[in-house]
Amino acid sequence: MSRIAKLAAKVVILVLLGGLAGAILVRVAPGFGTDEAEMDSRLNSESIRALRQSNQDQVGFFSFYLHYLGNLLRGDLGISRTLQRPVSQLLRERFPETLKLVGFGLGLGWAFGVSLAIATIMVRAQLLDLATGLLVGVLLCLPASVLALLFVLARLPAQLLLAVVILPKVYRYSRNLLASSSELPHVLTARAKGLSEWRVLCWHIFPIVAPQFIALAGVCLSIAFTAAIPVEALCDIPGIGQLAWKAAMGRDVSLLVNLTILVTLITVVGNSASDMMKRSPSWEAA
Amino acid sequence: MKWLRAAAMSLLVVVTVASLVPQLLSGASYARQFRDLPDSPPSRQHLLGTDDLGRDRLSRLLYGTRVSLLLAPAAALLTTALAAFIGGIAGFEGGRLEKIIMGATDLFLSLPWLFLLITVRAALPLNVSPGASLVITFVLLGCLGWAGAARVICAAARSIAGSDFILLARASGDGGFRMLWRHLLPNLRPIVLAQFWLAVPAFILTEANLGVLGLGVSEPLPSWGSLLKDLGTFSGMPGSPWRFAPLILFIVVVSSFHFVLSTEELPA
Amino acid sequence: MKTRLALVMFVVLMVGTAGSASAQAGGELRFCLHSEPKTFNPLLAQDEASESIRYLTGGVLVRLNRQTQQLEPELATAWKISDQGKTISFHLRENLRFSDGTPFSADDVAYTVKQLMDPALHSPVGDEFRSGTGNVQTRVVKKNQIVVTFPAPVSGMDKLFDQVAIMSAQSPKKEMAVLGPYYVAENKAGAYLLLRRNPNYWKHDASGRQLPYVETVRVDIQQNRDIEMLRLTRGEIDFINSIDAEYYDKLVSTHTAIANDAGVSLDSEQMWFNQVPGSPLPAYKKAWFTSTNFRRAISESINRADLSRIAFRGHARPAVGPISPGNKFWFNANLQPHPFDQRSALQRLSQDGLRLNSGVLRDRDGHAVEFSIITNAGNKYRERMATMIQQDLAGIGIKVNVVTLDFPSLIERITRTYDYEACLLGLMNNDLDPNSQMNVWLSSSDNHQWNPAQKTPATAWEAEIDKVMRAQAASLDVKTRKKLVDRLQEIVWQEEPFIYLVNKDALSAVSPSLRNAHPVVLNPQVYWNIDQLSLGNEMARNR
Repeated sequence: MSRIAKLAAKVVILVLLGGLAGAILVRVAPGFGTDEAEMDSRLNSESIRALRQSNQDQVGFFSFYLHYLGNLLRGDLGISRTLQRPVSQLLRERFPETLKLVGFGLGLGWAFGVSLAIATIMVRAQLLDLATGLLVGVLLCLPASVLALLFVLARLPAQLLLAVVILPKVYRYSRNLLASSSELPHVLTARAKGLSEWRVLCWHIFPIVAPQFIALAGVCLSIAFTAAIPVEALCDIPGIGQLAWKAAMGRDVSLLVNLTILVTLITVVGNSASDMMKRSPSWEAA
Repeated sequence: MKWLRAAAMSLLVVVTVASLVPQLLSGASYARQFRDLPDSPPSRQHLLGTDDLGRDRLSRLLYGTRVSLLLAPAAALLTTALAAFIGGIAGFEGGRLEKIIMGATDLFLSLPWLFLLITVRAALPLNVSPGASLVITFVLLGCLGWAGAARVICAAARSIAGSDFILLARASGDGGFRMLWRHLLPNLRPIVLAQFWLAVPAFILTEANLGVLGLGVSEPLPSWGSLLKDLGTFSGMPGSPWRFAPLILFIVVVSSFHFVLSTEELPA
Repeated sequence: MKTRLALVMFVVLMVGTAGSASAQAGGELRFCLHSEPKTFNPLLAQDEASESIRYLTGGVLVRLNRQTQQLEPELATAWKISDQGKTISFHLRENLRFSDGTPFSADDVAYTVKQLMDPALHSPVGDEFRSGTGNVQTRVVKKNQIVVTFPAPVSGMDKLFDQVAIMSAQSPKKEMAVLGPYYVAENKAGAYLLLRRNPNYWKHDASGRQLPYVETVRVDIQQNRDIEMLRLTRGEIDFINSIDAEYYDKLVSTHTAIANDAGVSLDSEQMWFNQVPGSPLPAYKKAWFTSTNFRRAISESINRADLSRIAFRGHARPAVGPISPGNKFWFNANLQPHPFDQRSALQRLSQDGLRLNSGVLRDRDGHAVEFSIITNAGNKYRERMATMIQQDLAGIGIKVNVVTLDFPSLIERITRTYDYEACLLGLMNNDLDPNSQMNVWLSSSDNHQWNPAQKTPATAWEAEIDKVMRAQAASLDVKTRKKLVDRLQEIVWQEEPFIYLVNKDALSAVSPSLRNAHPVVLNPQVYWNIDQLSLGNEMARNR
């Protein structure tokens, strides 16, 4: 119980720090408080000044953050300056889209990446290793905008694009981990004793690399949410990634603080969960 | 696969040399605009044709190679070193130090660093030299890209920390930096190399996207990233295949890096 | 026999009519907006997306026909300007209803004008009406007659009502109850909007059928223009209101849609130098930038023909000044674009003591002439132009650094910190009347970009511009106004506070299945006659 309480405290502290750091970064960035609407030549000086004043009304970032936390406790996430709508409504509408994208993309990218790595290790053919290495290299080198266009041309779903972004990282780490573990003495002994490749993989290799795989899974969650931003922006998916980009370009501090808190929460919870799994007695005994 | 490694190494050498003496392969400057020949196909005068402003594509490709080939691996090295150092120490020491470092890493992964980049750009004078802007960009990328790999390295380091050879090293009196350098890092090599190899193309592509913030390469200096940015457009679709030369070279070089660096050959 | 013939003819006629009716009625029109609308309040619509929705849903008293550029009656059947341009009276159509059934009357016009002119609202359209201090008076004479009186004459007053969508004073739906051809039926935030035909729309075609022809309009939010183009070529959308020059050429070469060049638009691309006295620039640079000789020399060193031909693929013309040649009445035809003449430029510079020395231009104190041009990142045409200008100015020994910035950072530099040297941006002009540029030319204005918010005009020519702009705003006589606006263009041509570079062409793309589309120069280029657009038989049936 005490372990869970400590974990919960850690999550809360990190999330609060994340929100504060996000607020500071946005506030000190140039362009904060400006509005594209000011450049409208129809507006007279009075209107422009009123517009500037309304964007400058926000006080120092500590005061802003405390005020924000107070509202958060009441369930009020604030109003988005760029989209003129409650942040809670925006998140409610868009989070499911990102969840679908990330879930599908992460699952597929992970499944393909690990499968390719396992296939490479088990088959142990240099040619296959070469081919998969090349394929992954090509995927890494293709700019996201080219991939997005190719996907649209081929009428493939945008969720696959995220899988393509994640796959090379998962494959590369998995392949290297599995390859280096394959040369451990106990694995060689198991092979020499005539055990099948599947058995060697499941009982002798995997338990060794499991902690790193679990760590990789936690990190991939964070990578997936980060990668969702350009994917959603390029493919016009109305998720929180696209929202984050719009908020960044509009210096929308309310929206950005909420998004930072959300991403921090997901990252910390995901990685903490993976830490707990790594530390579970079964892995430690292995 | 030694022949493959040798071939990849030779290719990298050829590309590097070509990028250092571009004037031998292409007579035109990378900046000169041949305004009578915008978007022209390959010809004797311009082997890869010209871009939308009439600049020689081959020349820009070679100069861009110099920029990207030098700086992206350097930034990747920086980020890998940071990840190895931070993750390695955290995993090796364990306990409270690991918790604090990993907590900070999680925080680092979550923050919108875009604004730091924008702030850095604002702090730089507008007339900063293209070279300085470029170096600053890649240093920033190097300093910001370590967090994900640090986590994985930390997990690996923790599993090594309890190994027999580590206990033996400790018993022999090894500790601190020596332990890290001689015993830990060599055993983390597979992950460290994976991180390096992944970071190189990522930084090249990211540099191009940083143009949105005023960072990265400024005109007329080319880079692979800026050359590749033009490919993802409707108007660039099949009809002018020579435009894909930077992409092909990029893939070839990254793959060559992979073959040169790959020491984990599959056991026979 | 005769009866049988008549019957056959009747049947043929009915079938024919039914055929043509089904070719025109129903279906779903699809196009894309590049961002989601920020507001559905027509009085606050400022971004392109919000203005598009306003155009599609809003009913206005008078409509500027985008093709003929003449004002036409809409909700008002007649209007009259009196009291030296301070008062306008409207005679309204009777028995009209908003989309939710609420009746329309002069009270709604009074309500809308009151909202529009509320100083706390800061409506951009309202600001165009604000010619003097004081309140706006509305008087409802009858249910279908209203008189609006402004405190001071408003230049081109009637045309401004083209942008005022009438709101209901009574409807509980507020701005969502509309008088235009469509109403917003569905809004999936960030994804699309679905507009349905307004069942109470008052317009009918010549045969008496109620407009609009198309049943629904689906507006997808699509920021990625390359994907938008792909969708057009696949028939997934019916038109693109404004396309880039490269896409135009690609469409022409592939014949997958009809690419239209309606001619030179009202938009312009220009650069200017920072002349703010309090800017953090060194004194010697301020001296360069505030010199007319310097600005004229820079202007003469830029090859505008190349900019048009290369950066815009030939779909632009060298610009002359603040009024585009596309604005035929107000454009000063006596003026020509500054010629590309670097020798003349160097002579001008030498008058200020700037001389070319070993390929580097230096001032009297030996400072090498070098400056940066900032522009907004992501606009490839501006990036191209800036790079071309970089090479042009290298020809006279000037080193130019091109810096692309994200828009908020750029706005901060040009409106707050004034920490920039030169800026390259464009002006999107949707109004033929030059009065709409008042806030750019008045020296006291915040949008007087090169040196905003001056307490008193910094130069004699800026003082003259102030005088000229105020005089043309106060005059009702078109000939007098034309003379004054011509004089404005002459001053700007001479002094070059803005170095006008090019005027882009109005390019659009239309699917072959879209009927009755006649793209024009004024926005919205393609769907200006939305209520008369229709889809081909196949398209209407399949959607």
